[in-house]
Amino acid sequence: MGRSLFNKVWDLHKVRTLENGQDQLFIGLHLIHEVTSPQAFQMLKERGLDVLHPERTFATVDHIVPTAAQSRPFSDGLAEEMMKALEQNTREYDIEFFNLESGDQGIVHIIGPELGLTQPGITIACGDSHTSTHGAFGAIGFGIGTSQIRDVLASQCMAISRPKVRRIQVDGKLQPGVYAKDIILKIIADLGVKGGLGYAYEYAGSAVHDLSMEGRMTICNMSIEGGARVGYVNPDDTTIEYVRGRRYAPKGEAFDRAVEYWKSIASDADAEYDDVYTLDANTLEPMITWGTNPGQAIGLGEETPAVDSMPPEQREVAAKAYRHMELQEGQSMEGVPIDVAFLGSCTNSRISDLREAASIVKGRRVKPGVRAFVVPGSMRIARQAEEEGLMKTFEDAGFEWRGAGCSMCLGMNPDKLQGREICASSSNRNFIGRQGAPGGRTLLMSPAMVAAAAVNGHVTDVRELKTREPEPVGA
Amino acid sequence: MSRTTDEIIDEITGPGIPIRGNDIDTDAIIPARFMKCVTFEGLGEYAFYDERYDADGNTRPHPFNDERHSQAKVLLVNSNFGCGSSREHAPQALAKWGIEAVVGESFAEIFAGNCTAMGIPAMTMDHDKIEELMHIVESEPATVLSVRVREQIVQADRRVFEGSIPPASRNSLLGGTWDSTALLLSRRDAIRETAERLPYLNDFVRG
Repeated sequence: MGRSLFNKVWDLHKVRTLENGQDQLFIGLHLIHEVTSPQAFQMLKERGLDVLHPERTFATVDHIVPTAAQSRPFSDGLAEEMMKALEQNTREYDIEFFNLESGDQGIVHIIGPELGLTQPGITIACGDSHTSTHGAFGAIGFGIGTSQIRDVLASQCMAISRPKVRRIQVDGKLQPGVYAKDIILKIIADLGVKGGLGYAYEYAGSAVHDLSMEGRMTICNMSIEGGARVGYVNPDDTTIEYVRGRRYAPKGEAFDRAVEYWKSIASDADAEYDDVYTLDANTLEPMITWGTNPGQAIGLGEETPAVDSMPPEQREVAAKAYRHMELQEGQSMEGVPIDVAFLGSCTNSRISDLREAASIVKGRRVKPGVRAFVVPGSMRIARQAEEEGLMKTFEDAGFEWRGAGCSMCLGMNPDKLQGREICASSSNRNFIGRQGAPGGRTLLMSPAMVAAAAVNGHVTDVRELKTREPEPVGA
Repeated sequence: MSRTTDEIIDEITGPGIPIRGNDIDTDAIIPARFMKCVTFEGLGEYAFYDERYDADGNTRPHPFNDERHSQAKVLLVNSNFGCGSSREHAPQALAKWGIEAVVGESFAEIFAGNCTAMGIPAMTMDHDKIEELMHIVESEPATVLSVRVREQIVQADRRVFEGSIPPASRNSLLGGTWDSTALLLSRRDAIRETAERLPYLNDFVRG
C-alpha cells in the first residue's frame, strides 16, 4: 500500500520517538514575525540557549506594521517597541530579516513562497495559525505557539503527535466568478469548524490541480478554519514552474535534482487515507459567510439557515451570530449593505487576487459612503500591481492603495472597523471583534466578490458584474 | 503561578469557573489589540476583555468579572474551545488571570498544544458531565475541584467525573517534560543526523 505525501515528509523529518509518545520532528524552515516571537527569544535568553539553525530562520514584520504612514518611529509606540525587539533579536542571532527597507517585506505566508523559501517536501513552522498556507507546495506547515517557537529556535525541532490524513477530493471545473476561496468556504461549511480536528487535509482532484499556486495557497491557508492544522496539495508541474528561478530556489543542476525529490514525495496513487471527502466544483457558486465563524457560510443562491434546522450543538452559536450580525434566518445575503471593503490578508492579497478584483472595478466607482482599500500582501506584489496599472485602476475607482501587511484581517495596526460597521472582506476570519472593533461585522468572500460589493455598496453576485460592461463613470 | 520548567504536574486543586458556549475563538479570549506587547506579563486583565467590558469600559456580567469566581483555578468550557489564531497569548492570559487547568468537551489542536507546553492540563470530558460540573460551580462557586492528570478525573466534593487527556500530554505533564526544549536538545546527534539526510539541506545530493 502506498503512502501519502504527509506521511513521507513526516517520516523523513522524524528525528526520533520521544518518551511521551510524540515524535521529535525536524523543521526545515522557521518563519518568525514580530508578534509571537519576542517572548520566545526572551525565554531563550533566560536559559542561555542559542538559535540552532539561524540560516534556516527568516523574519518579517507584518501584523503590527501600519499600512498608511510607515516611517519610523511608528506613531504607535507599542508597535514601534515590537519592531525594535525583532530588529534586536534578528541582529543578535544573525537571522535574515525582510524589513521595510528590504523591498521584500510582506505577510509571512506571502513572502515565503514568493522568495522561493517555501518548497515541496519540507517542514515549516511559524507562530501563526495560517502556516498551513505553505502546504500548497506540498510542504507541511504547522502553526505554533510561542513556547514551540522557543523549541524550534533552540532545537530546530518540535514535539508533536502525528495526525490522521483526510483526502479532500474536489473534482469538476469551477464556473466563471467562482474561485479557490469558494472551494474552501464550502469545505468548511460542509465539514464544520472542528471537522478537521486531528487531521491533515490533502486537497486533490481536478478543480484543485487546475488552480494556480495562488489559488492553492488560498485553500491551504484556511485549513485551520476547518480545524485542520495542516493542509497541502501534491506538487505538480504548476508547483515546479512556480518555484523555478526564485531567490532561494535551487539553481542549475541542483534544481533538476530537486524536481526529482519533489516528485518522489507526492502521494502514491494507491496511498491510504484515514478519511475521504468529495466535492463537486461544477455546481459550486460564490460563497459568503452570514455568521461569526468561517463555517457559517452559504452559496449566494441559498438562504441563511434556520437555527432549528441545525444540529443542537450549533444552535446557540448560530443564534448568537444572528444577533451580532443583525441578519435574519431565511434571508438572502445578496443586497446586504456594507460600510467597508477590505482586499487583503494572507488568504487573498496576491497578484492574481488583485488582478481579478481590478477587472471588476475597472471603469466603475466605489459606492459613495463605502470605505474601500487594498492592502497588497507584500512589497513585491505592490510593485508588480503598480507596474501592471492595477493600483491606478483601484485608485481611479475610489479604493485606497496601502503598504503591505496583515492590516484589517485582525486589526493590530491602525486599520480597524469602527462601531458596528459591516465589512466585505477577502480575509479568513469573521469572529466577533476580529477586525478591530468589538461590534464590527465581517462577511468573508472572494476578492472579486469584495470588489463587486464595494462598487454596489451591498453584497452582489460578482457573476452579474463579470458579464456586464461597466456603465460610463459619472453617468 | 510560576512553575519551574521540569515540574511534575499531577493535580490542580481549586475553585472552578464556567465559560459557556461552543467554538470560542482565541480572538475572544484575548483580542489582538492586547497582543501589542513583548512579554506575557499583564495579559490577565485582558482575558475575554470585549465580553467583560462594553465600549465605554463598563463591566458586563461575565464569570471573569464575578467576585465569587475570583479565586478560580479550573476553567470549564464546552466544545472546540480556543479555535482560530495560534496565539499563545490566549492561554497565557488565562494563566495570568489565575487558571491552572482547563476542562472541556473539546479543544482546538493548537490551543491544547499551547496549554500543555505551558504546563496547563487540558482535559476533555463528555457534554453531560461538563454540564453537571458547570452547574455545580455555578450554584456553589466555592466548590473545590480537583483535576487529576494521572487518573484523568475531576473530583468535585465527593463526586468523580471521568475525563481524558491525550497520552502524550499526560506523559509530558506527569514526567515533567511539558516544557520540551531540554528534551528536544538532549539528542543533538539525532538532530544532526536528520539534517544530514534531508535532500534540501544538502544541495539535493543526498536523500
